[in-house]
Amino acid sequence: MLSVAQVEARYGAIVALRDVSLTVEEGELVALVGSNGAGKSTTLAVVAGLHRPTGGTVNFEGTSLVGRAPEDVARLGISLVPENRGIFPTLTVAENLRLGAYLRRDGAAAVRQDLDGLFERFPVLGQRRDQQAGTLSGGEQQQLAIARALVGKPRLLMLDEPSLGLAPTLVDRVFELVGELHRSGVTILLVEQNVRRTLEVADRAYLLRTGRMEASGRPSDLRALVDIESVYLGGGPTTSTADAGPG
Amino acid sequence: MTPEFALQYLINALSLGSLYALMALGMAIVFGVLRLVNLAYGELIMVAGYTLFVLNDSPLPWLILAAGAVAMAMVASVLTERIAFRPVRVNSLNAMLITSFAVSTLLQNAALLLVSPRTRAVNVPGVLSQNLDVGGFNVSMANVLTIIVSLGLLFGLNLLLRRTTLGIALRAAADDFPMTRMLGVRADRVIATAFAISGVLAGVVGLFWVARIGSVIPTIGAGPLLIALIATVIGGMSGLSGAIVGGYLLGALTVGMQLLLPQGLLDYRDAFTFAIVILVLLVRPQGLIAGRSAARVG
Repeated sequence: MLSVAQVEARYGAIVALRDVSLTVEEGELVALVGSNGAGKSTTLAVVAGLHRPTGGTVNFEGTSLVGRAPEDVARLGISLVPENRGIFPTLTVAENLRLGAYLRRDGAAAVRQDLDGLFERFPVLGQRRDQQAGTLSGGEQQQLAIARALVGKPRLLMLDEPSLGLAPTLVDRVFELVGELHRSGVTILLVEQNVRRTLEVADRAYLLRTGRMEASGRPSDLRALVDIESVYLGGGPTTSTADAGPG
Repeated sequence: MTPEFALQYLINALSLGSLYALMALGMAIVFGVLRLVNLAYGELIMVAGYTLFVLNDSPLPWLILAAGAVAMAMVASVLTERIAFRPVRVNSLNAMLITSFAVSTLLQNAALLLVSPRTRAVNVPGVLSQNLDVGGFNVSMANVLTIIVSLGLLFGLNLLLRRTTLGIALRAAADDFPMTRMLGVRADRVIATAFAISGVLAGVVGLFWVARIGSVIPTIGAGPLLIALIATVIGGMSGLSGAIVGGYLLGALTVGMQLLLPQGLLDYRDAFTFAIVILVLLVRPQGLIAGRSAARVG
């Protein structure tokens, strides 16, 4: 479905990605893990059309994404929930969700039905639908960001550090939700620093280190490697969320 | 202060404030999505003015001429975006700023060459020079119309921005443009809409501005541009409500100075007004309505 091959990306003179390749098949939950500054978010930005790669190819169902504007990538059915969540603080919850359905062409009734389903899943959004999104708590904003992506019925959902900055109980909820979405058939590319939790839910995972794909495979294959890796980095096992910084 | 005097002041202040608010709003709506201070904004007012001048001897009813002038300002606004701003948008904000200065100079010189560098009289419809009887008091029809049309426009714009998907997208783009695009909203469409709204506001301002002065010159846009800038700065650059508040405040301040200053100091009215503006900014550098900041779009 998605195939990224030998991608190189720079910010000015700084090389963020040297040689990144990965694939995501329909219905899969693929995780992209790695430490701070490894290039995880940049990889997602390249796919989403936010950052133009200097080399390599990015294909989604046979269509090249390189050089495509973010709005055109979105039209192909790719949705990114960015690390900062990207909610519109001055818009109400309902307005945020309405824009999430911007590309829906199957009628207002169908959208309303999906929204009802989302409000059932995220009751707090239903209660606060007329409130400005900027007044929501961090966890609520994350729910809104995910709900806004879901109402667009994406073919590929990319989540960038959805557990970042959330209280431990909310982190549990986020991983439960990701697992649920996966079981309901949504294709997901998940970027996380919380490696242990991520490897529990993923079908396959890639380990990114300073802009290079270090390893890939089934979670069980990677787990041993990641343990070594975390010893390497001296940061302790990357299982706690408290020290999670921007990727 | 007699009641008639108070009413006069109120109507004058509301009328001038309405015009200033529209000027500021037209500037702020483009600034919101592009973070661009469009220095060619005043020339849109000029375009409306010269449209009226060209149609001076036209037999058409005034309402049609007015609509034509507003439409021309809107077309000019959208065209400058399409031809001048869009190609440099990806480069840098400075490139756009310089471009807007170039567009301003270009349009002014075009008017200078094609029409005249000198002041040209514009026929103002009779209705605007009439007086209206409100509860026994005489008030100028032009002022009352300015207030009514401006409030109508503000109301309509509010509906557009809150009820239509495109309007909501426009507000979203002012919050976070890249994210808006990632939801599938076309950047070009949002920006073109912002310029179209900006042009309509400038056109309506142009109508009333020219009607006040009774003439048009190539540099007619300089005053409104400055006022729009100052009003958005005191109101706060972050949102549209700031521009409206700033506009009405500046209008009330200007009329108040006109009223309160002794005869000998009237020539320095603007100096006093702007001194107060500086005081306001010393106390609240972020403007009266504080807000947010967001990344600009490439």
